[in-house]
This record gives sequence, structure tokens and C-alpha cells, in this order.
Amino acid sequence: MNSYLLKRIMVLIPVLIGMTIIVFSIIHAIPGDPAETILGQKATEQSKQALREQLGLDKPWLQQYFNYMGDLLQGDLGTSIRTKTPIAKEIMPYLAATLELTAASMLFATIVGVNAGILSAWRQNSWFDYTAMVIALIGVSMPIFWLGLMEQLLFALKLHWLPSIGRMDQRNPVESITNLYVIDTIIAGQWGQLWTVIKHLILPSIALGTIPMAIIARMTRSSMLEVMNSDYIRTAKAKGMSQFLVVYKHALKNALIPVLTVIGLQTGALLGGAVLTETIFAWPGVGRYIFEAISSRDYPVIQTGILIIAFIFVLINLLVDLLYAAIDPRINYK
Amino acid sequence: MGQASIHATPPAAVPGDKVSGPWRDAWNAFRKNKTAMLGLGIIVFFVLIALLAPLIAPYGFKDQELVNRLKAPSGDHWFGTDDLGRDMFTRIIYGARISLWVGFFSVIGSIIAGTFLGVLAGFYGKWIDMLISRLFDILLAFPSILLAIAIVAILGPSLQNALYAIAIVNIPSYGRLVRAKVLSLKSEEYITAARAIGMTNTRILLTHILPNSLTPIIVQGTLGIATAIIEAAALGFLGLGAQPPDPEWGKMLSDSRQFIQKAPWTVVFPGLSIMLTVLGFNLMGDGLRDVLDPRMKN
Repeated sequence: MNSYLLKRIMVLIPVLIGMTIIVFSIIHAIPGDPAETILGQKATEQSKQALREQLGLDKPWLQQYFNYMGDLLQGDLGTSIRTKTPIAKEIMPYLAATLELTAASMLFATIVGVNAGILSAWRQNSWFDYTAMVIALIGVSMPIFWLGLMEQLLFALKLHWLPSIGRMDQRNPVESITNLYVIDTIIAGQWGQLWTVIKHLILPSIALGTIPMAIIARMTRSSMLEVMNSDYIRTAKAKGMSQFLVVYKHALKNALIPVLTVIGLQTGALLGGAVLTETIFAWPGVGRYIFEAISSRDYPVIQTGILIIAFIFVLINLLVDLLYAAIDPRINYK
Repeated sequence: MGQASIHATPPAAVPGDKVSGPWRDAWNAFRKNKTAMLGLGIIVFFVLIALLAPLIAPYGFKDQELVNRLKAPSGDHWFGTDDLGRDMFTRIIYGARISLWVGFFSVIGSIIAGTFLGVLAGFYGKWIDMLISRLFDILLAFPSILLAIAIVAILGPSLQNALYAIAIVNIPSYGRLVRAKVLSLKSEEYITAARAIGMTNTRILLTHILPNSLTPIIVQGTLGIATAIIEAAALGFLGLGAQPPDPEWGKMLSDSRQFIQKAPWTVVFPGLSIMLTVLGFNLMGDGLRDVLDPRMKN
């Protein structure tokens, strides 16, 4: 296992380097003069020159890249052009907001998806199975930004059940410790605030979690169907075990292995979808941070935001692989 | 061992052979798959709408009637009007052109580039394979929509650039598919035989390997159009794709967002159209996979 871990990390190194090259190149690939693109056509030559110096654009390409890498390795993620604040400092609350949203979405997707898949397989060809699979099929075809808007229309604007935007009631802000509001309110023992935070989380996490939920449900169903036809399940049934125990205790254990991979891969994919969900629900996460940076041509923020998300994405995929190896003894990674 | 000369005698053509064949069999199996046929029906419907747009649409997609701003659906305006008094039904119809165009051509672009790189990597192996495979790994290390956003941020927001971006981010999925297929085909006996009779690499590629890689590409491509349409709409929604006054569905959604409470129809119809089109390609892709490549299931 340890040698596998080492090998897996070794393979990651060129990928990580490649990622930094791509992200580093974003600013250099802008057609024409990047300084003019960022500052606009009316900018004076002096301010453009100052920006070139600040971004290091006046140095040779290779030197720029090594400087960039040197800064990255020292934890210097650059400075925002718009706010003049170090990005490493600025991005933390945004990152926490995105993590909270993705965690809530994944929780929703996993609980609903796995159970819907199990029930569908258990009651194969029943009305529940058909309904669940039709919903799952529509779910994978759903543009999440539209789903988000429809949720806002129905649950916030028409029924007034849930807040339509934001992370928290602006008039009653959460005192942030970890910037993960659910945890912060629990630490502070502010149960009323916790409820408000959860209410803000519901709509965006359903919007973001719907596609993974649908994929997980379909995967769980087919994986369960395969396992349910195996000999050891027949044996369990034959010895008179209750259906519930057969399904949840025996079958689920083996059926969950491929599902787990899907859950992991979808968690990574959520990070991309977060850009859209965060825009709709005015959720102050990394996605919106990047989106606002694009509108104001704040290229260092675009670069760092994308790099961080890609880094987390790669990390999650690595964890999934390792977990997979750990729980399935049939997989031999020598 | 002495040299063996190989004389391949092609089997005599059976009269009426055209009736049966792998494609014919596939179509017969496909026809029996109800959901796949539903998908095909949806696609044909939207393709027809897109092609016949000037004939079906009651108004021009740019025509503004400011007195009729945000009017609810009625006999004159089936899907209502938007904030500039433009007919939503007309704009949805013309929007089908844009979405199908982006979906189709971005996938064609990804397939061409992906196949080229996949063949290079799989067929020639060694350092070329190393290089191309690592490039795929790197591209796949980014969430695709984010990479597309980055590319558009570089090239500048436009429908054309959104198409390029979507094509680029999806190259690795086709590339990997083709590479894997080439690798497995390369060791087949008939390829060895083809080599033995002195066929050139190019000819082996064109007559044996590429035709045999076709089915997984068709399946992946159909599902890929669904993804590409959603990605294009997402870029449009973020203001990074189609620009006004183009009636792109994603852009229409973001333009109408602020009127969601007052005029929900401006938001409902573009979204439904995206969902239906994507559903059509997903259903058809699933069906094609069952028919053409049963091993790819799950």
C-alpha cells in the first residue's frame, strides 16, 4: 500500500507541474498586450509599465515561470489587482464557503442517491424504480443554473419557505472562527443562527447536488442489481435472513465499492459546478470569486483560483484511489 | 519455417447482403429501445426546428416591441415576450440553431483532435505516448467548465471562443478512448497479418484501426453533444459565450433572471429547451451504447 501511495504521488508530480504551466500561461496567452487588456485601452503607458513590472511580465518567460513557482512554493499566491490584497489571505473565507457548499451538496447527493439506487434495485421494475430512474435521467440532463433559478422561484419567491440568496442573514452575521458557518454556529452554541445557516444551504446544495445525486442513484442501482444476483446473496436469502438485512448488510457492502469511486469523482466535479451555483445564489465562494475576477480582468486571482480548485480536484481523486485500494482487497496495486 | 504466401480470398458476395450487416443489425436493435427512440425523436424535433426556424418563427429574433414588454404567454406570443418585447417563442426556435451548432461542431472538433492525438499515442507509443498521455492527465486535472472559463477568459467572450473552449476541454476524453482502442487493436492477429503482407502504417490505421474505433467514438460523441450544449449554455449564462442579441438559451436565462418573479416564462422556457435537448442526446447516447458497445455499459 505504501509503495502504491508513493507511486501514485510520483505520477502526480508531472501533472501538478503541468497544471502550474497551464495556469501560469493564462496571462501570457491573452492576445496582444496583457497590461492593456487588464487596464483598458485608456490606460497610460506609465501605469501599464508599472503593471508589467508588478506581474513580472517584462522578464524572460522562463524566468517568470520560475519566479512564479518559487512564490507558489513559499505560499505566495500573488496579489489581487482589484483589491491590492494578497490572494492567499483574501481567498480563505471564499474557500471555506465553497467547501461548506460542496460538502452539503455531496451529503444530499449521497444520502438520496444511494438510498434511491438501493430501493430501485431492491424493487426492480416497480413504479418506484421507474419513477426514480426517470428522475435520475432528467437529473443528469438538468442545467444546474436553471434548476437553481426554478428553486428560487418556487421555494423562495412564491412559497417563501427558504431564503433565495446568500449564506447568512446579513443583519445577524455569524462570528467567524473557521469560516464554515455550520461549525462556527455550533461552536458558539447559536442554535437559532445554525438553523438560519442551514436554511441558506438547502437550495444551493440541492441545485449543486442534483447531477451527482442522479449519477450516484444510477450507479448504485446497477451495482446493487449485479451483486443481488450473486451466489452469496442467494445463500443469505436461503438461510432465511430478512430482506432488509440481506440488502443493507450483505449486498450494500460490495455494491458500494464502485459507487464510492463515483462519489469521489463527483465531489471533484462539484467544484466546477460551484461557479454556476454560487453565481445564482450569490454564495460568496471561490467560484464567484473567480467569476468576479473575470469580469474585472483580475488575472492573478483567476490564475490562483483555478489552480486551487484544480489542486483540490486532484487531491480528491488521489484520495478516492487510495480509499478504493484500501476497502477492496481484490484490488492489487503491486 | 518457410515463407508462406498469403492469399486472401474475399468471401463471395451473398445476394441481398445489404439487408443484414452490422449497421443494419444495430439499427434494428436500436429501434426496439423505446427510450433511445424517444431521444432520437427529441433530437429530430429540435433539428427540424433549427433548420426551419425562418419558416416557423412568427417574428424576427431581434424584433423589439417595447410596448409589449414582459407580456405573459398568449395567442400572439405563445411563450410570452422578454424585457425588450421580443417574442420568446421565436428566440427559443432560433436558439435551437445556436445550441445544436455549438454542440455538434465542438464535439466534431474534439473528436478530430482527440482521435489524432489518441492514434499518435496508441500507435507509435514510447515518448509520444508519454507526452500525449501526460497532456491528457493535465487537462483532465481541471474541472472541465473551469478550464473552459479559463480559455474564454484568455480568448475573450464570444460564441466562437466558447465553442473552441468546449472543444479543447473535451479532447482528452476522446483521445483516451481512441488510444485505449488502438492499443487493444494493435495486438490483434489481423493487424499482425496486415503488417506481414506489407501494409503501411497509414493504411493499417485508415482501413483497420480507425473504422474499428468508430463505435465507442459515436457513443461518446452523442453523449458529448449533451455535455457540450450544457457547457455552452453555462458559458452563455456567465456572459462568456454568446453575446446579445444572439438568442442563445443560456444567455437568455441570465438576461431574464432579474424578471423571474414578474415574468417567470422568460426563465422557464429557455431552461426547459436546454433540458429537453440534453435529455434527447443523453437518451440516444445511452441507447447507442447498449446497441453498439454493450461492454461499455457502466
